[in-house]
Amino acid sequence: MRSSPAGRPASAGRSQSSSSSFLVTALLHIPLILGAIVCTVPMVWLICATLKTGDDLFKYDFLPWDHLGRLTLDNFRKLLARDGFSRWLTNSIFLACTQTVLVVTLSSLGGFALAKYRFRGQKPLMAVMLLTLLLPGQVLLAGSYELMHHLGWINSYAAILVPGAVSVFGMFLFRQAMSQVPDELLHAGRIDGCSELRLWWDVALPIVRPMVGAFTLMTFIGTWNSYLWPQIVLQDEAKYTLPMGLANMMSLPEFQADYGVLMAGTLLSILPVGILFFVLQKDFIAGLSTGAVKG
Amino acid sequence: MSDSSIADSAASPSRWWAWQSRYSPYLFVAPFAILFCTFMIYPLTRSFALSFYKTIGPRDSRFVGFENFKFLIADRLFWLAAANTIGYAIVFPLLQIPAALGLAVLLNSKRVRAKPVFRFAFFSTHLVGSVFAAVLFAQLMSPRSGLLNHFLSQLLRRPIEVNWLSDPNLAMVSTLIAGLWLSVGYAMIYFLAALQSVDAELYDAAAVDGAGNWATFFHVTLPGIRPVLIFMILVTTIGAFQLFELPYVLFQQSAGPLSRALTIVMYLFMSGWSVGDLGYASAIGWTLVLLIVTVALVQRRISTKLEES
Repeated sequence: MRSSPAGRPASAGRSQSSSSSFLVTALLHIPLILGAIVCTVPMVWLICATLKTGDDLFKYDFLPWDHLGRLTLDNFRKLLARDGFSRWLTNSIFLACTQTVLVVTLSSLGGFALAKYRFRGQKPLMAVMLLTLLLPGQVLLAGSYELMHHLGWINSYAAILVPGAVSVFGMFLFRQAMSQVPDELLHAGRIDGCSELRLWWDVALPIVRPMVGAFTLMTFIGTWNSYLWPQIVLQDEAKYTLPMGLANMMSLPEFQADYGVLMAGTLLSILPVGILFFVLQKDFIAGLSTGAVKG
Repeated sequence: MSDSSIADSAASPSRWWAWQSRYSPYLFVAPFAILFCTFMIYPLTRSFALSFYKTIGPRDSRFVGFENFKFLIADRLFWLAAANTIGYAIVFPLLQIPAALGLAVLLNSKRVRAKPVFRFAFFSTHLVGSVFAAVLFAQLMSPRSGLLNHFLSQLLRRPIEVNWLSDPNLAMVSTLIAGLWLSVGYAMIYFLAALQSVDAELYDAAAVDGAGNWATFFHVTLPGIRPVLIFMILVTTIGAFQLFELPYVLFQQSAGPLSRALTIVMYLFMSGWSVGDLGYASAIGWTLVLLIVTVALVQRRISTKLEES
C-alpha cells in the first residue's frame, strides 16, 4: 500500500474548485477507512463470537441479527467456572502490576541519578548498558535459566519479577527525560531542605509525569503479553499467566468446535490492557511523540 | 562538589545530610546496577561460555569447543529456521513501513476528519499481545468457519477454502498477515508523531516554490522524518529477526506444517527446553546476535551512504 497520489500533504495543495476539492477529500479517506476496518474487524468479530451460542458461531459471521434474543453470556460463565482461567487472570494481574511498579521505580530512580549527578563508574556502566541494549534478549535465555536453576527459582515468580525489574531501555528513557529537569530547581529544593530522595520524588518525577505514564503503560503491556520467559521458568499450571494458559487452552480438542469460550478468554485477556490504555492515553501519545522527535 | 557546599549552607548541616547528599547517586543506581550485573551481565557471559558446551539440562555439561557451531552449520533445521526468519525479516519491513508511512501521511492531511477515531482504530491492535493475536487469527483463518475465507468467498463470489494454517507454503504468509495486522498501526502512530514535528514553514516554502505534491513529499517530508524512518526500519527489522510467539501459538505451539513456520528463536527455544541442550541453544542465540549486528551495520552503512549522496 503506497501512498496514493491523493495522499500528499495537504498544505502543498493549490487552489481548487470546491467540487474537486471534495473529491480529493473523499479519496483521502478511502484508504484510511479501509485500513481502519481491517484493524478493527477482527476485534469486532471476536466480541461477537463471545456472545454467540455454539450453533450460531458457525451460522453467522457476526451477530445473529434476526435472532438477537439468542445472544448469551454463557461463554463467559463457562470460562470463569473453569478453575484455570480465573487463576491465570489473577496471576497475570499480580505479575504485571508488581513488575510495572518495580521497573518504573528502579528505572526512574536510576535514570535520575544518571541524568543529574556525576559519580564514579557512571561512564563504564552506561557503556555496558548501551551494549546490552543492542543484544537480542533471547541470547540471555540459556544463561538466565541456568542461574534460576542454581538459585532454586524455577517455577517461582521470583524468576520473573527479579530479573524483569531490570530495564536498560527504561533507564535511558528516564535519563533523557530527567535531563530536562532544571538544575536550579534541584538546588532550590536542597536549600529548602529536601533530601536527594525527595528531590527525585517531589521535584523530578512530577516534571516527567507524561513519561512515567507512557513508560508505565509500555511496561505493563510488555509484561502482560510476555510469553517466552514465563513459559521457560513456570511449570505448574496453577502458576501460568494468561498468554501461557490461553495458548494451551487453544490446543484442547473441546475448544476446536465450541470456540466461543476460547474467544471469551481472549477478550478478557485483552481488556485490562485496553482499559489501562484509556486511562493513560494522553500521556502515552505525548510520551510517544517526544520519544519520536528525539529518536 | 557544589552539591555538598550547598548542603552545608542549608538549614540542617548534620552529618546525615552530608552523607546522603554525597552517596545518593550511588544508592539510586545501586538497585539497578546490582540486578543488571547479576541478571544480565552474568547470564550473558554464561550464555557465551555455554555455547562451547554440550549440556543435558542445567546440571550436566561437557566442553566441546566449537562443536555446537560446526553442528549448526550442517544442521538442516537451523537453515530452515534461518531461511524462514530472514525471509520474514526482509518482506515484513518492506510491507509494514510503506503501509504505515502512507497511512500516516494521509492521516496527517488537514482535510481528514475524525482523526482521533482513526488514530485509535489503528493503534488499538498494538494493545493485543502477539499470543492473543495468534489465538484470534487461528480462528479467523480456520478453513471452513473462519472469517478470512468467508470474506474472500464473498469478494470473489465463489467458495474459497484456503488452508491458511495447514498448507506448508502458506505458513509464513499467514504469520505475515497476523504480524502486519499487529504492527502497521503502531508504526503509523510513530510516523504521524514525526510528521507533525516537521517544520510547517518548509511546506509553505515548498508551496511558494510551486513544488508538486510528490516533490514536496520527497524533498520536504521524507528528509524531515529521516531519523525516525531509519530508526523504525532498524527496529522493525531487528524485531522481525526475533519472531517467535506469533507463529508458535498460531500453529498450536509447534513449528507449523512441515516446520515451515520454524524461526530462529523458536528453534533456540525448542533446542534448549524441549531437547534440553542449553549449550546448543546458546550457540543459536549468538548466531542470531551475529546476524542482527550484521544487518544493523549494513543498514547503517546504507543510510549514511544515502545521506552523503
